[in-house]
Amino acid sequence: MVDKISPSIEAALADVRDGATILVGGFGGAGVPEELVDALIEQGAKDLTVVNNNAGNGEVGIAALFKAGRIRKLVCSYPRQVDSHHFQEAYRAGKVELEIVPQGTLSERMRAAGAGIGAFFTPTGFGTDLAKGKEARVIDGKGQVLEYPLHGDVALVKAERGDRWGNLVYHKSARNYGPTMASAAKITIAQVYEIVELGQLDPESIVTPGIFVTRVVKVPRKGGAYRAPAGGSVTRGISGRAAA
Amino acid sequence: MSYSKLTRDEIARRIAQDIPEGSYVNLGIGMPTLVGNHLPKDREIFLHSENGILGMGPAPAPGEEDADLINAGKEPVTLLTGGAYFHHTDSFAMMRGGHLDIAVLGAFQVSVSGDLANWHSGGAAIPAVGGAMDLAVGAKSVWVMMEHRAKSGESKIVDRCTYPLTGIGVVKRIYTDLAVIDVTPRGLAASRMVPGLSFDELQRLTGVPLHAAGAKAAA
Repeated sequence: MVDKISPSIEAALADVRDGATILVGGFGGAGVPEELVDALIEQGAKDLTVVNNNAGNGEVGIAALFKAGRIRKLVCSYPRQVDSHHFQEAYRAGKVELEIVPQGTLSERMRAAGAGIGAFFTPTGFGTDLAKGKEARVIDGKGQVLEYPLHGDVALVKAERGDRWGNLVYHKSARNYGPTMASAAKITIAQVYEIVELGQLDPESIVTPGIFVTRVVKVPRKGGAYRAPAGGSVTRGISGRAAA
Repeated sequence: MSYSKLTRDEIARRIAQDIPEGSYVNLGIGMPTLVGNHLPKDREIFLHSENGILGMGPAPAPGEEDADLINAGKEPVTLLTGGAYFHHTDSFAMMRGGHLDIAVLGAFQVSVSGDLANWHSGGAAIPAVGGAMDLAVGAKSVWVMMEHRAKSGESKIVDRCTYPLTGIGVVKRIYTDLAVIDVTPRGLAASRMVPGLSFDELQRLTGVPLHAAGAKAAA
């Protein structure tokens, strides 16, 4: 019998190694697998490369990993948030390397990794500082930049419900990077609030099929109330003027 | 002759009025978010959010917020009846793949040829791009919403952007607190100057040559 349900969050993370590349789901606070990330701090792996849209918020999750000094490199699209102070301190102190990737390129690079694509050309970023040093071509009259896949050793994703075969469904905009990251890592660990029997997830509505999932671990549901980012207002560009 | 600049809400209302029914639209974070508050109630317009929402609705009532339902600015939102959720890769396929009709973005600078600079002020700031570059190259029409001049008084419409570029030749139209400027192959065409502002005065306040757009009436 196949049973991907882990007995504990510790067991689910037992084989994460120092130096691993960890894909961490979430956009802002939505979809961040906070319990898995918190448990990773206890687990002790260090020199990690973390891939996430942002750079941690407040004191929990990725922010706590930064505070604990476990992250060597961050691959990310938008680290400039009012409550990403633990990242900012580490970055300003030269303790963490930062690779900025346009958001759609970040996502597509992981899709390519999961889909076995060797590389791809994208118009995003052509002619900008983020394309410096990259091969570029004009295809269909449009400047395009060559981008390579982004593979993870481990993906940590947050889903709403899962079953013992690893099938997952998500909740609202917490889905974000989860399905793509699940496909792009050697080991994918999904935290869920509910484990259901096989057949209880509608096969027409399963978002991530179990082939992309290594382990499922149940975590207790917290209060679902929206938490405004600590330290003030929501994310803004510089002076509130930039789009992102 | 004296004139008053448009407020941010007045610019937002102007943009909202120009969005046709049935449009798929992404509103960048910051100032463009205001456009959502002014969409005509009698038009069905689909708001897209980069984190996987189509048919995004207004902010929820206090106490009704859901941490799992936020917009690109990480503020709580709602989903309209008929709306959909999807994952990030699909969301950016919508953007990059040319499926969005309009993206309204903020900007530091726009050049005469439609180059956009809106992601990084350079210098010591921590770089953060988000979805800005994907929207810039992907939407069928990129509209910029910004003040005409920076706080220093310099025109934000420039010959060449001095801030780092977001996209090359991508901006179609600029809505400022003074006028609407279309980026055309013949150069920048100004229309809808605020009451009391002459074309000559607008030209004086703008760092690059403008021409008056056809016979468009003042709004």
